[in-house]
Amino acid sequence: MKDPTPVLSLRGMVKRFGPVVAADHIDLDLNRGEVLALLGENGAGKTTLMNMLFGQYTPDAGSVHVWDEHGVEHILPSGQPQAAIEARIGMVHQHFTLAENLSVVDNILLGTERLLHLNRNRRTARAKLEALMTHSGLIVPLDARVRDLSVGERQRVEILKALYRDVRILVLDEPTAVLTPQEADMLFTSVRSMVANGLSVIFISHKLREVLAFSDRIAVLRHGAKMGEMTTEEADTRSIIRMMIGEEHDMPERIPGTPQDVVLSLDAITVTPGKDGRGVTNIDLDLRRGEIIGIAGVSGNGQSALARVLSGLLVPDGGTLEIAGKRIDRLTPGKALAQGIGRIPEDRHHDGIIAALSVAENLVIERLDAPDVQRAGFLRRDAIASHAEALCTAYDVRGPGIAANSALLSGGNIQKLILARVLETHPDVILANQPTRGLDFRAASEVSRRLIEARDRGAGVILISEDLDEVLSLADRVLVMHGGQLTETASRDRSAIGQLMAGQAA
Amino acid sequence: MIEIVPREQPSRLLTSGIPILAAVAALALAAIPLAFAGAPIIEAYGQMFTGVFGSLFSFTEMLTRATPLIFTGLAAAVAFKAKLWNIGGEGQLYLGAMAAVWVGSGMIDGPPILMVPLVLLAGMIAGGLGMLGPAVLKTRFGADEVVTSLLLNFIILIFVQMMLEGPLKDPMSLGWPQSEPIIDSATLPKLIAKMRLHAGFLLAIATAIVAYVIMAMTVWGLKVRAVGENAAAARHAGIPVRRVFLSVAFASGALAGLAGVSEVAGLRGYLTADLSPGFGYTGIVVAMLAGLSPLGVVLAALYIASVFVGTDSMSRAMGVSSFLADLTVSMSLICVLLGGFFARFRIRRITRGEDA
Amino acid sequence: MMDILQIFLSDNFWAASLRIATPLIFGVLGALLCERSGVLNLGIEGIFVVGAMMGWLIAYLTGSLWLGVMAAALSGALFGVFHAVLTVPLGLSQHVSGLGITMFATALMSFSYRTAFPQVSSPPRIEPFRALDIPVLSDLPFVGPVLFQQTAMTWLALGLVAVVWWVMERTALGVAIKAVGDNPDAVNAQGLSVIRLRMGAVIAGSALMALGGAFLTMSAFDAFFFGMVNGRGWICIALVIFASWQPGKALLGALLFGMFDALQVRLQTEAGALIPGQVFLMVPYVLSIVALILAARKADYPRALLKPWFKGQR
Repeated sequence: MKDPTPVLSLRGMVKRFGPVVAADHIDLDLNRGEVLALLGENGAGKTTLMNMLFGQYTPDAGSVHVWDEHGVEHILPSGQPQAAIEARIGMVHQHFTLAENLSVVDNILLGTERLLHLNRNRRTARAKLEALMTHSGLIVPLDARVRDLSVGERQRVEILKALYRDVRILVLDEPTAVLTPQEADMLFTSVRSMVANGLSVIFISHKLREVLAFSDRIAVLRHGAKMGEMTTEEADTRSIIRMMIGEEHDMPERIPGTPQDVVLSLDAITVTPGKDGRGVTNIDLDLRRGEIIGIAGVSGNGQSALARVLSGLLVPDGGTLEIAGKRIDRLTPGKALAQGIGRIPEDRHHDGIIAALSVAENLVIERLDAPDVQRAGFLRRDAIASHAEALCTAYDVRGPGIAANSALLSGGNIQKLILARVLETHPDVILANQPTRGLDFRAASEVSRRLIEARDRGAGVILISEDLDEVLSLADRVLVMHGGQLTETASRDRSAIGQLMAGQAA
Repeated sequence: MIEIVPREQPSRLLTSGIPILAAVAALALAAIPLAFAGAPIIEAYGQMFTGVFGSLFSFTEMLTRATPLIFTGLAAAVAFKAKLWNIGGEGQLYLGAMAAVWVGSGMIDGPPILMVPLVLLAGMIAGGLGMLGPAVLKTRFGADEVVTSLLLNFIILIFVQMMLEGPLKDPMSLGWPQSEPIIDSATLPKLIAKMRLHAGFLLAIATAIVAYVIMAMTVWGLKVRAVGENAAAARHAGIPVRRVFLSVAFASGALAGLAGVSEVAGLRGYLTADLSPGFGYTGIVVAMLAGLSPLGVVLAALYIASVFVGTDSMSRAMGVSSFLADLTVSMSLICVLLGGFFARFRIRRITRGEDA
Repeated sequence: MMDILQIFLSDNFWAASLRIATPLIFGVLGALLCERSGVLNLGIEGIFVVGAMMGWLIAYLTGSLWLGVMAAALSGALFGVFHAVLTVPLGLSQHVSGLGITMFATALMSFSYRTAFPQVSSPPRIEPFRALDIPVLSDLPFVGPVLFQQTAMTWLALGLVAVVWWVMERTALGVAIKAVGDNPDAVNAQGLSVIRLRMGAVIAGSALMALGGAFLTMSAFDAFFFGMVNGRGWICIALVIFASWQPGKALLGALLFGMFDALQVRLQTEAGALIPGQVFLMVPYVLSIVALILAARKADYPRALLKPWFKGQR
C-alpha cells in the first residue's frame, strides 16, 4: 500500500527568463515511497521547476516545503543548492554534471568532505559506496576517470552521487534519453527496489510509454503551468496527450516514398575512434532519391562520426563516398554544399547558426559567393534582406525581424531558419541529425512535414534520431546504429529494434 | 540577495555611451594619484587641457601621437573581431619600421609616387608576416597565440637592437645604434609648416575608413565576424575558417606594421630601438575603447593621445611623474571592460515573495 | 664540445640554473592554481612587477626582508582580488582583464616609484637575502653549492611546489579546484561555491606570482628597476602549458628553463666573439615558444578555462 505521508510540496513556483514565463505558479506534492512522473513536452517547464527545487535557479515566487523523518515541516531557502542537499534531495540532471578529469570516487565525494580533508583516507567512504552499488545494482569502476566511462556508466555515477548522500527524494530528469530500452528497464528495476525502501522519486519524461509503466502518479505540465494530475491507474493515454499538447492528435499515417536512382553511396566508411567520440566501422549505405532512411540508435554509438563525415567536417580513415556516381575524396563542408548535400546539424545552437549575426546573414551564410549575395566581394544588402523576408514568410520563421541577432530566436524558429536555408537550394541529399530534438510538437511536426515534402520532390533524406517513434513514423527504411556499426532491419517492431539498439541480434 | 541577469538585448544607449563614460571615469580617477603626488588637482587638469588644446602646436602634437595608435588600434580591433588575440602589435610595429628603413634608406630610389607606396607595402608585409607566424603556430600546432605573439615582441625588439648594431647601423651615427635615415623621396610629407604632423595621420584616417568598409560591407568582413563569433558554425557553413583566420592575422599584423612605417618615414626619419613607447600594447586599449569598431578606433586614439600629450605637458610643469598617463590609459581599459558588463547584464535584487 | 661538458660538470652552472628557475617556479605555480580553477591570469606580468616593487619597498622601509616578502604576497593577492572580481562573479573577458591588470599594475608601480623616489641618481638599495650557509651540508662537494648555498627564497619556492602538489593531489580542496576548472556545474550541484573556489584560487595564485617578482628585487638583485620583469610572467604562462598544469612538471619545466638560460649565459662568454650577444638574449623567449609548440598538441586544457560561469543561467 502507498504511504500517504507527504515529503515534499512545491507551492506557487514562478520563474521568468526575460519575457518567457518558464514556470507559472506551479504546485506539486510528493509522498513517501512514490514515483511521481512529471510529464510534458520540451520547454513545458519540467527542468526549470526542478532546478528551482534544487536551488540551481532562484524562483521569482513560491516556496519549497520539505518534511523530515519526524514529520516536521521545513521551508527551504531558495537559490541554495546546499539547502536541498541538506534536506537530502538529490537530482540526476539530464546533462550530467560530472568533472571528467576526475575519478568516479572524487566525483561522488566532491562536496561531502571538509576541503582540507586528506582524500586518500577513504576506507569508510569506499565501503559505503561498495555497499550502495551492491544494493542498487548500479555498478561502476570507482577509480576510473569519468572521461573514460560510457554514457550509461556516467548516469550510474550520477545516481550514486545522490544515493551516497542518503537522499530521501530523488529527481531523475529524462534519465532514459541516453539509454537503450533494455538499459532503461534495468534502471527502472533498480529505482523500484529503492522506492520499496522508502525513497521518493520525481521522474521527468516526455515519453508516455515509460511514464505509464513506471510511475504511481502523473502530473502534466504545459507552457510552464500544471495542466492536471492523476494516478497512473486511472490515467488514459488520450487525455494525457491532450493535456500535454493542448489538442488531440494522431500520429499521421506514414505515406511511403517512391525510391529512384542512388544519389549517395557509402562504401566501407571507417572512422577510428578519437578523442572526440566514437568511430564507425565499415559503413555501407546506398541512399536513393525519393526515400527517407531512418538511422535509429542511442546517441554516442557513432552517429556523430557518420554525420560529421557526411557534413564534410571529418575525413574518414577508410572507405569511399560517391555522390551521384562520382567519387569524392576529402569532402569539406564547402564541397558538400557544392555537391548538393544539405545539412541540418545535431546541435543547432552550436553548429547551425551564428547567434551574433542577423537572421538575414544566417540565411545566406552557406552561399556567400552566390551572385545574389555579393558583387565583386561586396555584400548586396538589399538583395540579402528581401531574400530573408521571403524565406521567413515561406518557412514561418518568427522573431523580432530579419535584422535582429538570431540569438533572439526561439529553438523552434532557429530550426525553421536552418530548414529554410537548407531546403531553398533544393539539395539532392539531406542529412537531418536529431532534427526535432527539443522542439515542441508543432515545430517538430513542421520539420517532419518539410522533410517528407523534400523527399517527394526527389531528395534522398538521411534521418538520424534517437527518438524511435520519429524514425518509425518517417523512415522508408530503418537502420540501427550500435557500436559504430550500421544494421538494416526490415522489422518495425519496437522491441526487435530495441534489441538491435542494445547490440543484440534480433 | 542579488542575481546577475543578462539583458535580452544589449542596451544600445549603454553600448555607445560606455566608452565615453569609461574615458571620463578614468580621467576622474587620475585625481587620486595626482593627490598622492601632491599636485594641485584643478590646476593639473587645466594644464592637461591646455597641453593639448592650448596651441596649434600642442594640438598637432596630439594628432601626431594619435597616428600610430590609430594603426595599432585597428590592428587589435580587426584581430579581436575574429577572436584572434594579437598581443604582438608592438613587435609587428618594429618589423614594419625595420622593413621601411631597409627599403627606404637608399637601397633603391625613385619618385615619391613610387617610393612611398613601396615603403608602406614593405612595412605591411613585414608586419603581416610577424603575425602570420603566431597564427600558423596556432592553426598548425594549437600553440596559444596570446603567448607566442607576446613573446615575439621581446624577440623582435632584441632583433632590432642587433640589426641596429649590425647591418642596419648608420656608419655616420658616431656609434649610436640607429639606422640610416629614410631618403627624402620615401618620406611622408609634413602637413603643416614647422609642425611635426605628417601625412601618416591622413593615411591612418583613410585606413580606418577602408577597414570600416571592409568589415561592414564585404563578404570577407562577414566571414571574419562569423569566424570570430562561432568558428564551429562558420566551418559547418563552408567558410574556410583556417584561411580566414590566417588572412585576418596577416591583415592585423600589416596594420601594426603601418604604424612602424608611419613613425620612421613620417616622424623620426630613422629607426632606433626606442621608436615605440608601447604603441602596440596601447593599441589594445584603443581597440577595446572603440568597441572594436574601426571608426571608433580613430576617436579612441585621439582620446588616448590627448591623455599622453596632456599629461606630458602637465608633468613637465608640475613635476608629477609622466607615468600618470600610462596609469590613466590602463584605468580606462578596466573601466570600459566593467562598463561592457553593465551593457550586457543587469544586477537585480531578489526579494522573497515578489509576485507578478 | 669539451667546453660544454665542462659547463655541465661545474657546480656553479647548476646553482645558477636553480637560481634562474626560482622566480619562474613561483610564477608557474601561481598560473597553475588560477588556470586549474578555470581562470587565465594574464595579470601575471604586472603582478610580478607589484611583487618586485612592494617586496623591495617594504624591505627598504622596515629593514626586514621577511616583512617585504609578506608585503609582496599580500599586494599580489590584492591584485588577484581585482582580477578575480572582474572575471569570476562578473564573468568579464579573462584576456582583457588580465592585460588590463598588467598595464594597471605596471603603471601604478612605476608611478609610485617615481613619486616616492624622484630622479635619484642611483636606485636605493637593500641588503638582499644571502645564501643560506648550512653547516656541513653547504660544504658538501657539488651538492653543497648547488642546493645548500641558495637563498631562503629558493627554498621557499621548492617548499611551495610540495605544498601545491599536496593540496592539488591529496586534499578534497584540490579535487574541488580541479573540478571547478573542468565542470563548474558539477561543483555547484554538489553544494560547493564555484565563485568562492575560483576567487580563492586566483587570489592565492596571484600571491604566488608576486613572490616571483619579490625574488628579483630581494634575492637576485638588491634594487627595483623599470622593466626588470622583462617578460618572465609571460614565460610562466607558456611553461604552465608545458607542465600540463601539474606542480611536479612545473618544477621540472622551470628547472629546464633555468638550465638553458644558464647555459646560454655561459656559451655567450665562450662564443661571444662569433655570434652577436643579442642572439643569446633571445634564447629564453624562443625556448618558451618552442616549449609551447611541443606541448600544445597534447595539452589537456582545463575544460572550463576562459569560460565564465553564472549561477542559474541557461
